[in-house]
Amino acid sequence: MSEKKLAIIATKGTLDWAYPPFILASTAAALGYDVQIFFTFYGLQLLKKKLDVKVSPLGNPGMPMPMGMDKWFPVLGTAIPGMESIMTSMMKSKMKAKGVASLEDLRDICQESDIKMIACQMTVDLFDMNPNDFIDGIEYGGAATFFEFAGESDVNLFI
Amino acid sequence: MSAFDQELDASGLNCPLPILRAKKTLAGMTAGQVLHIIATDPGSVKDFEAFSKQTGNELMESKEDGGKFFFLIKKS
Repeated sequence: MSEKKLAIIATKGTLDWAYPPFILASTAAALGYDVQIFFTFYGLQLLKKKLDVKVSPLGNPGMPMPMGMDKWFPVLGTAIPGMESIMTSMMKSKMKAKGVASLEDLRDICQESDIKMIACQMTVDLFDMNPNDFIDGIEYGGAATFFEFAGESDVNLFI
Repeated sequence: MSAFDQELDASGLNCPLPILRAKKTLAGMTAGQVLHIIATDPGSVKDFEAFSKQTGNELMESKEDGGKFFFLIKKS
C-alpha cells in the first residue's frame, strides 16, 4: 500500500482547539499516513511539556453551557473572572466521563507514531518562548520547511 | 462466535481511542491472526469499516448486542 501523507498547521492554543490536530494526526498515522504537524502562533502552547490549555466561553456563543448557565450569564457573564477556569475544569471532567482521551495521551500516541512535529521558529522568537519548555523530539523550521512536506501531501489542514 | 487470537476491550472509550488501541494491538500480532474488539462508541461501527478499508485488515464481522459493538478484524 502506497503511503499517503497528511500535513497539518496547528494555530490554536485552547483546550477545545487542541483536540482536532492531535485526533486527526494520530488517527491518520493509525491508517498508515505519514504525518507532519506545523505548530505556529498559539498552537505552540500544544508543544509545552506541561500542557496548560483552557477553554473560554467568552466570545463563543456556540459553546454548550451546563445547568442553563447561558441563561443566567448572557455574554458579559462569560467574562467574569474565574469563569474560564470553571469551564475548563468542567469540560475536562466531562471529557473524562465520556471516555475522551486526554490531550497528553493523544500527544504521546502521536509521538509514538513517529509523527513529526515542527515548531515555528519565527513564533518562538516572537514570543520569547523557551525551547526547554517544549517536549523532546520536535524540530524547528519556517514556512519553507512546512511546504517541503505539504507540497507532496495528499491532505493539508489548517486548524 | 468465530474464533479469535486476541481480544481488545475498548468499552467506555470514545473516538479515536478504539481505533488507536486496535491499531496498536494489531501491530503486535502476526498476519492472519484475528482480533476481537468490544466497543461502546456507536461511531466505532463506521470507523472500523473505514479503518479496515484503508489499512487492508479485513473486517470479518461487525455486530451490535445490548448496546455494545463487536468486531472481528483479521490482520493482513
